[in-house]
Amino acid sequence: MTGPATIFDRPNRYIGTAEPRADAARLLQGRGRFVDDIQLPRMVHAAFLRSPHAHARIVSLDVAAARAMPGVAAVWTGAEMAAHVTPWVGVLTHLAGLRSPPQPALAVDVVRWQGEPVAMVVAATRAEAEDAVERIEADYDPLPAAVRMEEALSPDAPVIHPEFGSNLAWERRVETGDMAAAMAQPGVTVVERTFRFGRHTGVTLEPRATVMDYDPAEDRLTMHYSGQAPHMMQVVLSRHLGLPEENIRVISNDVGGSFGIKIHTYGDEIAVGAAARLLRRPVKFVADRMESFMTDIHARDHVVTGRIGVHADGRIAGLEIDDLTGIGPFSMYPRTSAIECNQVLNLTGAPYRMEAYRARGRVVFQNKNMMCQYRAVGHPIAMAVADGLLDEAGRALGMDPVVIRQRNLIADDAYPTTSASGMKLDDLSHQKTLAKLVEVMGYEALRADQAAARARGVHRGIGILSMVEVTNPSPMFYGIGGAPIASQDGATVRLDAGGALHISSSVTEQGQGTNAILAQIAAGVFGVDIGRVKVTTGDTATVPYGGGTWASRGAGIGGEAMLLAAHALKEQVLEVAGVMLQAGVESLDIRAGKIVDEATGAERMGLADLARTVYYRGNELPADLKPELVATRHYRVSDMPFVFTNGAMGAYVEVDTDTGFTKVLGFWAVEDCGRVINPMLVDEQVRGGVVQGIGGALYEECLYDDQGQLLNTTMADYLVPMAAEMPDIVVAHVETPTKTSILGAKGAGEAGTGGAPGAILNAVNDALAPLGASVWQMPITPERVLRALGVVAD
Amino acid sequence: MTGMARLTCRVNGEEVRAEVPVRRNLLDFLRNDLGLTGSHAGCEHGVCGACTILVDGVTVRGCLMLAVQAEGAEVVTVEGLAESGRSAALAAAFTARNALQCGFCTPGMIASALEYIDGGGGPDRAAIRAHLSGNYCRCTGYQAVVDAVCDVIGGAAK
Ligand code: FES
Ligand code: FES
Repeated sequence: MTGPATIFDRPNRYIGTAEPRADAARLLQGRGRFVDDIQLPRMVHAAFLRSPHAHARIVSLDVAAARAMPGVAAVWTGAEMAAHVTPWVGVLTHLAGLRSPPQPALAVDVVRWQGEPVAMVVAATRAEAEDAVERIEADYDPLPAAVRMEEALSPDAPVIHPEFGSNLAWERRVETGDMAAAMAQPGVTVVERTFRFGRHTGVTLEPRATVMDYDPAEDRLTMHYSGQAPHMMQVVLSRHLGLPEENIRVISNDVGGSFGIKIHTYGDEIAVGAAARLLRRPVKFVADRMESFMTDIHARDHVVTGRIGVHADGRIAGLEIDDLTGIGPFSMYPRTSAIECNQVLNLTGAPYRMEAYRARGRVVFQNKNMMCQYRAVGHPIAMAVADGLLDEAGRALGMDPVVIRQRNLIADDAYPTTSASGMKLDDLSHQKTLAKLVEVMGYEALRADQAAARARGVHRGIGILSMVEVTNPSPMFYGIGGAPIASQDGATVRLDAGGALHISSSVTEQGQGTNAILAQIAAGVFGVDIGRVKVTTGDTATVPYGGGTWASRGAGIGGEAMLLAAHALKEQVLEVAGVMLQAGVESLDIRAGKIVDEATGAERMGLADLARTVYYRGNELPADLKPELVATRHYRVSDMPFVFTNGAMGAYVEVDTDTGFTKVLGFWAVEDCGRVINPMLVDEQVRGGVVQGIGGALYEECLYDDQGQLLNTTMADYLVPMAAEMPDIVVAHVETPTKTSILGAKGAGEAGTGGAPGAILNAVNDALAPLGASVWQMPITPERVLRALGVVAD
Repeated sequence: MTGMARLTCRVNGEEVRAEVPVRRNLLDFLRNDLGLTGSHAGCEHGVCGACTILVDGVTVRGCLMLAVQAEGAEVVTVEGLAESGRSAALAAAFTARNALQCGFCTPGMIASALEYIDGGGGPDRAAIRAHLSGNYCRCTGYQAVVDAVCDVIGGAAK
C-alpha cells in the first residue's frame, strides 16, 4: 500500500524525537533578526501622543510647535490621519448581535481609553520624535468614564457609544437540559460561588514593533512585522490603506514572544504604514514598555457567578454560569473581543458529563484599554470556574477531588461525543490522563505530606484540574464569520540540485519551534538528513497562503500540510528515479538522502545525482518525462470545528497565613496533544504556558483606579513570574492521535496557561479550607488571602 | 537637550571612537550606532535584564548606563562572548535543553549565567534561580535555563 497514510508504518528518524532547534545558534550568538534590529536607509521613527484620560472630548490639538521641532519629518492628528486610513469594525457575523462602532487609527474628537493614540510624530530619531510629542498642545474636556464592568450596564452608567443606547456589546446564552428540574432533584447539593479574574497582559519581552517601508516606484508597502499572521495583516493593510493586497508584503522574522498579543490590529501600527506611504520612506515604531502596558491588548477581566448541583455520589446534575466581561471601548479587529466570552460559554464543564448546562455571557464596553485574545483564550476562566465549583461541591460532600472528577469525566471510550455546551469532542483521554497525573504527582504521598505539614501548623494544599483545549481550528472559528483569516495552511517542499530540501510554510515561528518541527516532518517523511532542510516562514511574498500561528494550530495544521507536501514530493522523485533506474517505483525508497532499494536498503542513486540530471542534463531523460521536483499541499480541518485536546494538572502550594504569600512547591501537567512531534519542544511549551498561567493566578494584574487610570505601567510595578518563584514542572503525556489528520498532532502551546490558574486556585483553597477560608479572585495576592482569612478587614 | 560628547572605549576587543549625544544610553549606542543588535531593550528601566552586558568584566544593564559613561571601558556584548568562545559551552547547553524559545531574553540570560558560572557558582538549582531572577523570560518558564546552567557546571544538581 502506498499513500501518506503508510508513513507511520515504517521507522521514522525524526518525527517524535527531541531534535534541537536549528534557529537556536543564531539567537545564542546575538544574531537574531528582530524588527527593532532593522536599520534602513532614510528610516525615520514614530512616537505617539496618547490620551491621558479614560474618556474625554478633544477640544483642541495644536501641533504647530511640534512640527517645528528639530528632526521632525511630519506630525498627524487623528483627524488628519483619518484622511488616509479607513476605520475598522471589530465584528463577525457568526457572533450574532455583536456590535462595535467604527474605530479610527488615531482618536478623532473623543478619546475612550487612557493610552489611545491621539497624534503621531515622525522624526529622525525616536528621541526627537518624543521631544516633539511633548510640544503638542492638547486640550481635553473630560467626560464621565464607565470604568468598572460591573457598573457598565447600570442605567446611570455613561454610555460610551450613544448610538448603541447602552454599553452592551454582545450577549449569548446556551441552554441544554432542564436546569430547574436537574437542580431540584432530591439529594442534590447546590453550591454557588462568584469568581473574579483580573486583567492581565502578555508582556512579550520584545514589545510591539513594526518597520513600514514604502516604495513609490512600485506602489509597494513592505511591513516588517513582529506577529503571528502575515497574510491576515496583508489584507488588513490593504483594506484600510487602500493598496492592492498584492502590493503589500508582510515579513515576519524573529518574534520576541507574541502569545496572541501581536496578532491584533493596532491603530498606531496602521498609522505607521500610512506615514511610510505619505513620506515615501521607511518608518519604524517600537512601543516602549509603558506603551505596551497601556495599549497591548489586555486579557481576561471577568466576573463569573457559577452554580453547580451534585448528587450524593458526586455526579453533576447541573452547571450554570453567568459571565460578565469588559472589553474596553471597542471590539478588537478583526478577531473581535467576543471570542473570549464565547469560549467561556463553550468550554466551561466540557470535560464532564452533566444533566443540564446553562450559561449566559455578556460582553460590555468600558473606558479601559481593549481586551482581546491572549494565550488560552477563555480557557483559564472556563476551567477555573468548573473545577473550582467541582472542588467546592466535593468539599460539601466530603469527597476527594480525584474521586469526584473520576465520577464525572467523560469516559475514554465514549468518543465521539458532544459536550453539554454542544462542542463536538473526539479522541480524548480524560480518565487515562487523570490516572497518570495521580501517578506522576504521587498524590497519596502528597496528601500524607500535607497532613504532616498541617500538624506542624503549615498550610499546604493540593489542586487538581481536568481540562480541554481548543486546537487546530477549522473555518468555523473565524472564516465563517467573514474575517480575512485563513483556516487552511500550505507547505511547499522543493528538492534542489545539491540534494537539499527547501521548505516553506504559511505557519509562523515565535519561539515555539515551528520551523524545527516543520523540518523534522519534511526530513522524516521525505527521507533526508535534517541538516539538509532549510526552512522559510513568515513572508507573504514567498510562502504559501495561510493563516499563520494561533489557537495552537501550527503543528496540527501546518505540520499536516508539510507531511502531505513532503510525501507528494517523495512520490514525484521516486517516479523520476524509477524511469532513470528502469525500476518499479514500488521497489524504491528514499532514505538518508539516497534512492535505495526498498527491500534491501542498498543505494541505487544519490538525490543530488537525480536532481542534477533533472536540472542540468534534462537531455538524458525521456522526452515524455516531465519531472516536478517541487510539491505544495494545503490542509484544513474539515470534519470538526476544532480538534480538542485534554489534560490534567496538579499543583502543590504552601500558603503563609501570616503574610498571605502563596508558594508553589510543585506542579505537574499531563497533556494529551496527540502525536508528539518533538517531545522536548512540547514539554517546554507546556512549562512556559504553565508559568504564564501561574502568573495570572498569583501575580499579574493591570490595576485601574476609578477614573480609568492604569496604575502599574512598568515592569517593576506589574509582576510577572521570575526564576526564583517558579517550581520545576513535571510534564507527562498520553498520546491519542487525532483521526482528523495523518500526522495526528493536536496543539499543545496553550494548555498550561489554560489549566494552571484553576489548579493553583484549587490548591490554595485546599490549603485554606481547614481555616474556614477561601478565595475566588485572581490574582490570588497576599492581600486577598489575608482578607479571606479575616486578618485584614474590608 | 542634544549635547554631544566624544567617547573612546573598547567593544568586543575593538577600539571604538564616536561622537554621541550625551543622553543616549549604552544599549542604544551598541545597537544603533555600532549595529550590535544582540543586546535587547525589553523595558529600558533596569528591570528585565534583556540588555545585560559586561562592562570591565562586571554585568551591567546597558539601558541604565549612558554611552558616555563607558569612556575608557571594556565592553563585551553577546556577540563578543560568542566570537571569543566564552559562551560556547552555555550555548551548547541552551541548545540541548531548549533553554530559549523566542530568544529575546537569551543574550542577557547568557551574560548573567556566565557571571554565575565564572563566579564559581555550584549546581544548586535554588541558587541559580536566585541569580537569574534579574532576567525576565516570558517563554521558557526558566526550568530549561536552570538545567542548561547545571549542565555546564557539571556535577549532580541539588
Ligand atoms: S532593557 Fe535594560 S533591564 Fe530591561
Ligand atoms: S525565550 Fe522568549 S523571553 Fe525568554
